[in-house]
This record gives sequence, structure tokens and C-alpha cells, in this order.
Amino acid sequence: MCERRAEIELLLDIALLMLLAITALAIARMRDLFAAVMLAGIYGLLSASFFVSVDAVDVAFTEAAVGAGVFPLLMLTALALVGRREQAEHRRPLMSLLLVSVTGGMLVLGTLDMPAFGSADAPAHQHVALRYVETSPEEIGIPNMVTSVLADYRAYDTLGEVVVIFTAAVGVLGLLFAGEAAGVRQATMHEHRVLRVVSKILIPLILLFALYVQFHGEYGPGGGFQAGVIFAAGIILYAMLFGLSNAKRVIRPGLLQMLAACGVLLYGSVGVVSLLSGGNFLDYSSLLPDALAGRHLGIIVIELGVGITVASAMILIFYAFASAGATLEEPS
Amino acid sequence: MMAMLLEGLSALCLGIGIFLILSGGVGLLRFPDMFSRMHAAGVTETLAGGLILLGLMLLAGWGIELFKLVLILLFILITSPTASHALAKAALHGGMKVKHDGDDRP
Repeated sequence: MCERRAEIELLLDIALLMLLAITALAIARMRDLFAAVMLAGIYGLLSASFFVSVDAVDVAFTEAAVGAGVFPLLMLTALALVGRREQAEHRRPLMSLLLVSVTGGMLVLGTLDMPAFGSADAPAHQHVALRYVETSPEEIGIPNMVTSVLADYRAYDTLGEVVVIFTAAVGVLGLLFAGEAAGVRQATMHEHRVLRVVSKILIPLILLFALYVQFHGEYGPGGGFQAGVIFAAGIILYAMLFGLSNAKRVIRPGLLQMLAACGVLLYGSVGVVSLLSGGNFLDYSSLLPDALAGRHLGIIVIELGVGITVASAMILIFYAFASAGATLEEPS
Repeated sequence: MMAMLLEGLSALCLGIGIFLILSGGVGLLRFPDMFSRMHAAGVTETLAGGLILLGLMLLAGWGIELFKLVLILLFILITSPTASHALAKAALHGGMKVKHDGDDRP
């Protein structure tokens, strides 16, 4: 039975990876950028399925929310700025072909030294992972080990990731957000009654689900990153159907800018507080007298910081792209 | 007895669901224009997805899994027709024409 299952899983993996390769090739060959973005969404969904098949549900969840959800949306709003056709390229870029082949060849050569896929002797399974798997139930005491690694053992890396997202939002704002756009596009989809009614049912559920994912991250797949993206998707859906100006009245860009910074600040200050109470930076066990409770508190607070920053950064980036598109469309 | 009945029903639902997904896939490839293709994909997928979820529900028994499956079913029943509607609307808006029987095949 078990062997049969492994066989089916192998077949499934091969099929999914082949579909991934085909989609990637199709994206590279596509001249119509709109279709390329749609294919990129499919690529995200396929990779999420592949991650589920290799039992990495947390990663799959992130990939489904980001790769198949928010990323195509943001790319579409960007396409509204640049147009949907790729400029025809007539030169035969021999040099770049050579460069790509050499780099690709070296990468393939590099993988030859790696342990085989799923091999139990791989260094990753010898000390670090073993340590996490064996001691994290007592040391941290939450069921989702991925959250233990992400939010506690590797809290420093995760802080870096949150800063990266914050920086991305700041960069987009710096490039595109020239103050409030003068003539922000009014509700564009007046006639789409069905979409509006359905989205009115769905948006509260999406936001509620985001909160569930946020606060359930210690027990099941989920956490700040996924929750932030899902929350942002709900707001972006609202902005698309009820107009950017309405969405901006619900959640003001100024508030979002502050929140994006506050999330990072919240994360960092947990580190500083643990420093002040006698531990190392981001060592949550010193937060409370009971080390285990302190670790739980630390994980909840930093996940909240991650969620706030991710959600506000995504909505801010969407606002920036969409307002820039609206000013372009304004007749001069 | 009851368990066997449930398993049989579930197998029937799953079988019909799988057949409908296959037929939807064939229709997607074979139908002449965008709208009939969308019909093949959208209509069969809503029904097929519902049937497959129903089949799984029959196997799940009372519990949190059943509840989650019901939620997924509700979500699909709401979103899948809406997505088809939006797609059809976008196609009409983009100037896509319906193909009639008399027209030349591409």
C-alpha cells in the first residue's frame, strides 16, 4: 500500500514538474504580456501543488497566495501602465545566449555534487533539521514546526525578509507615488452588478480567513506572510470593483504607510525588549518569567508584525500602480 | 450495510465527477469558439467539483472535515459561476464574436 502510494506520488511529481517546465517555456516565448502574466499565475498554482505533493504545506500556502494570487494582480496593474505587447526584438542576442548557457551549465554542474532528491543522508537531514525536529516540541511547544523555525530559531532571517518587503514598498512608492493622483479614476465597474454582489459576500469572508490564518499559524499551515497577502487581496478586490477612490477612503494610504513601518518596528522592538530583559536579540524566552510562555508571546507578536507589514506593503504597491495608471488615462 | 451504501454512493459521485472533468477538458479543446469553450469548462467544472466534494463528504463522516468540505463546496458554488460570468463579460467587452453553425470553421 505504502509502496503504491510512493509510486503514485512519484508520477504526480513528474507530471507537475513537466507542466511547470512547459509553462516556463511558454512564458519565455510569449509576446503577449497579458497572457504571460496569466501563465505566471498558473505557474504559481502548479508550484503550490508541487509543494503540497512534497509535504511542504506552509510553502505551498505562501506560493498559492503570492504566486497565484497577488503577484498576477500586481503585474496586471503594472501592465495597465506599460501596455500589453512586448517590443519586438530583432537582434539575435548571441552573447546573452552564450552567457545563459554557461551559467546554466555551471548550475547543472553544481547540482551533480548535491545529494539525491529526498536522500536521507543529505547534510540538511543530518544535524540542523534533526535538531529542530527532535527538540522543538519541548523547547518551543507549538505543533507547527515550520512556524517554530521561521519565527523563533530563524527569527533574525525573518526580520530581514520583512525589511525586504518594507523596502520594496518604499521603493515602489518612491518611483511611482508622486503625491495624491489628481484625477483618481472613479468606480470603473459600475455595470458589473453580479461581480459586486458576489464580492460583497466574499470580501468579509476573505478578511476573516486572513485573520484565522494569522492567528492559527502556530497550529496549522499559515502565519503572518500568508495572512498579510490574503488580507491585501481582499482589499485589492474591493478597490477593483468599487473604485480606487472608495478603497482609499476605507483605508487611507497615509495610514498604510505608517502601518507598514509599524509592523517592522513591532518585530524589531520584540528583539530590543528581549535584549533589555537580559536575553539575546530576539530570544523570546526572556520576555516572560516562564520561558515557554515567553516564546509563545514572542512568536505571536512578531507574526502580527509580519502580517501588518506584508498586508500594508501589498496594498500600498497596488495603490501606487493603480493611481499611476489612473493619472495616465486622464485626458490632458 | 450503511457504510457500504455510503461508499457506493461516494464512488458513484466521484466517478461522475471525474467523467465530467474529462468531458469538460475535451470540450475545452474541441469546441469552436470562446463562449462554448467557456461553457464546457465552467458548467462542467462547477458540477464536477460539486460532485467530487459530495463524494468526499460521504466518506468523511461527521466532523470538522465534513464542515470544511461544505465550506469549500459553498465557495466553489459562489465563485466558479462568477468567474465564468466575468470571463464572458470580458470576452464580449473585448469584441469576441459568437460563432454560429453557418460560419466557416477555422
